Amino acid sequence: MARILAKSELAPKIHEIVVEAPRIARKALPGHFVVVMPDEHGERIPLTIADFDRHQGTITLVMMVVGASTLKLSRLEVGQSFYALIGPLGKPSEVEAAGTVVMVAGGVGAAPVYPIARAFYELGDRVITIQGARSRELLFWTDRLAAVSHRHIITTDDGSFGRKGLVTDPLREVLEEDRDKAIGCVYAIGPAVMMKFCARTTEPFGVKTVVSLNSIMVDGTGMCGGCRVDVGGQTLFTCVDGPEFDGHRVDWDLLISRQNIYHEQEACSLEKYLQQFQGEHAT
Amino acid sequence: MKEADQPQGKKKKKVIKHRVAMPEQDPEVRIRNFDEVPLGYTPEQAQAEARRCLQCKKPKCIDGCPVAVDIPGFVDLVAEGKFVEAARRIKQTNCLPAICGRVCPQETQCEAQCILGKKHDPAAIGRLERFAADYEREQGLVELPPKAPPTGKKVAVVGSGPAGLTVAGDLILLGHDVTIFEAFHKPGGVLMYGIPEFRLPKRIVEEEVDYLRRLGVRIELNQVIGKSITLDELFDEEGFDAVFIGVGAGLPRFMNVPGENLGGVYSASEYLTRANLMKAFAFPDYDTPIVCGRHVCVIGGGNVAMDAARTARRLGAEEVTILYRRSRQEMPARAEEIHHAEEEGIVFRLLCSPIEYTGDERGMVRQVRCQQMELGPPDESGRRRPVPIPGATFTLDTDLVIVAIGSGANPLLTQQAPGIKLNRWGYIAADQRGRTSRRAVWAGGDIVTGSATVILAMGAGKTAARDIHHYLSNPDAPWVEEPSAQEVASSET
Repeated sequence: MARILAKSELAPKIHEIVVEAPRIARKALPGHFVVVMPDEHGERIPLTIADFDRHQGTITLVMMVVGASTLKLSRLEVGQSFYALIGPLGKPSEVEAAGTVVMVAGGVGAAPVYPIARAFYELGDRVITIQGARSRELLFWTDRLAAVSHRHIITTDDGSFGRKGLVTDPLREVLEEDRDKAIGCVYAIGPAVMMKFCARTTEPFGVKTVVSLNSIMVDGTGMCGGCRVDVGGQTLFTCVDGPEFDGHRVDWDLLISRQNIYHEQEACSLEKYLQQFQGEHAT
Repeated sequence: MKEADQPQGKKKKKVIKHRVAMPEQDPEVRIRNFDEVPLGYTPEQAQAEARRCLQCKKPKCIDGCPVAVDIPGFVDLVAEGKFVEAARRIKQTNCLPAICGRVCPQETQCEAQCILGKKHDPAAIGRLERFAADYEREQGLVELPPKAPPTGKKVAVVGSGPAGLTVAGDLILLGHDVTIFEAFHKPGGVLMYGIPEFRLPKRIVEEEVDYLRRLGVRIELNQVIGKSITLDELFDEEGFDAVFIGVGAGLPRFMNVPGENLGGVYSASEYLTRANLMKAFAFPDYDTPIVCGRHVCVIGGGNVAMDAARTARRLGAEEVTILYRRSRQEMPARAEEIHHAEEEGIVFRLLCSPIEYTGDERGMVRQVRCQQMELGPPDESGRRRPVPIPGATFTLDTDLVIVAIGSGANPLLTQQAPGIKLNRWGYIAADQRGRTSRRAVWAGGDIVTGSATVILAMGAGKTAARDIHHYLSNPDAPWVEEPSAQEVASSET
């Protein structure tokens, strides 16, 4: 179980891993996440399920290397197994016919957006996808997203591909163009800052905006409360009450400051791991 | 000594007033390590202590034990130097003696009933239990007891904490096929993630779990029942004949005061899970980080609060303060835990409660403002209710706060389990035998009672195991719910 069947580097530091997980694949729905550990010393890392194949009994995860544990995950080879894999966790996306939906995917957020976009597409909704990244080399799954979108807009911060600028520019334009109020809902998944500004962009238009939060977690089952967020003045747990919430009601500054609690320690543990790794490979 | 209190043994024993002291790590040393604090008896110390036991004809201590260990029997074997036999005698009714010897509140259970304790120190039953179990294990003399022939019945145990391990240990011996499902990546539940290494070394939990594995218990880790597999699927697809739910309480409580979501404010459950299960105390050798405060405040007065405070001390805190809203007398922690905390320099500020946290520009907690309290008339728990003193507040500097005010019922499993009745607090309603409102499903431990102790969960597991065996032997009998233990208690008063 939890054996890696395929892996590839989609972009620098961004890895796609297909893993054998029949029980999870059978239950997985768009919006669900899993918790993984690379090895016994690793951290428990929540990752949104990017794809699943019930027939093959596999799930696909896309992860970005940020610390020691994600680096270790990225270094596991085909045929090796995760030390731990649990899920599916969280509440699935509420996929109900909404007319037109706008899916905003920022950076590695393209992965969790994909199964949700596909679900709306298969439901017969008109899907407009806005995919953004810092630069061309960090874009991935553009073909997959295009295949489940009626319109696919790509932006890069540096203009190396698609439109130059941030995802919020086309998002605002799409909302302004929407004179007949066909857009029933906006999904925004990506870095917290991006989600915050997407929510701020949609707010004056009064369009329902769903975000998927990437809080720091330990167990992922509601036991620790480490992932607590303030939504409309109420404290909720991302792992069991989310991970999707109404973007207009999330206290973004709190979310962002809680994501940075371990900033220094993460850098320290990554450095220690790299030293150790280089030491092992120098001989 | 009054006549009635005298043992009815062969000859009158000379009463030794004081129990044999157990050696402990010096406080100055132990606050710099995570090694176990009490070091355990030597064989000579154990025998000397065991000889203090009066060997009462009608021993009351057994009544004080939730799993009815034959206490005079095993203590007598220790006195005779038959240590392995003593361990096996305990194991007839308690499959986790090395754990219980360490974490049971003996002073309110078996030892509270000890006749010696009326005038002198009660026999040190817990220490002797620990000694016997450790001796057998350390000498490599653990033997697998005989098992009944296979019954062909499959039992699923949800959760591998003390309740689940007890159910599994009892039913495997009766010939049933037992599988434990655990959500975490290590088995043991609260024994692994909650209770710190210095109070219960994890290798002991691992060895006790390993003992169950050798008996044939299967353990499936990383399985969240209600998510990866539902309760219905356990019956319909996985072919189980009975299911025991022992998932623990598992929902951290917060106080909902301003600033409680600042960085550096933890639930005790998160703090202890990071430190114990994820071994954040060994960061960066282990990847999981933890905030190491210099001025730590722990909110609450139970055993979990003591564990959190003592862990923070070991992680380098200069000052650790326990803030408790009632007085010393009402503190629910064991006397021994309070004593150990005091020895380690933990400061107790009683009759106060946090009302607001403030943080710095990075969103990390920096101060806590507290309300001073006084004791008013008793509340429904029988303890005097703390009442705020108007205008009396004070502020402490702090960079780490651990909220240890108890747990509620985690709804993850129960909301996916139709047909299981809950009580008004969200805990599973179970009758005296552990039966739930759903046929072939039992529950026990904190998910039924709310936060309690390891041994009470084990007691519930024992009771349920007995009834599960009875049910599996007569599966066609009607599923009748008897009144709950709570209802029985309230009808008696």
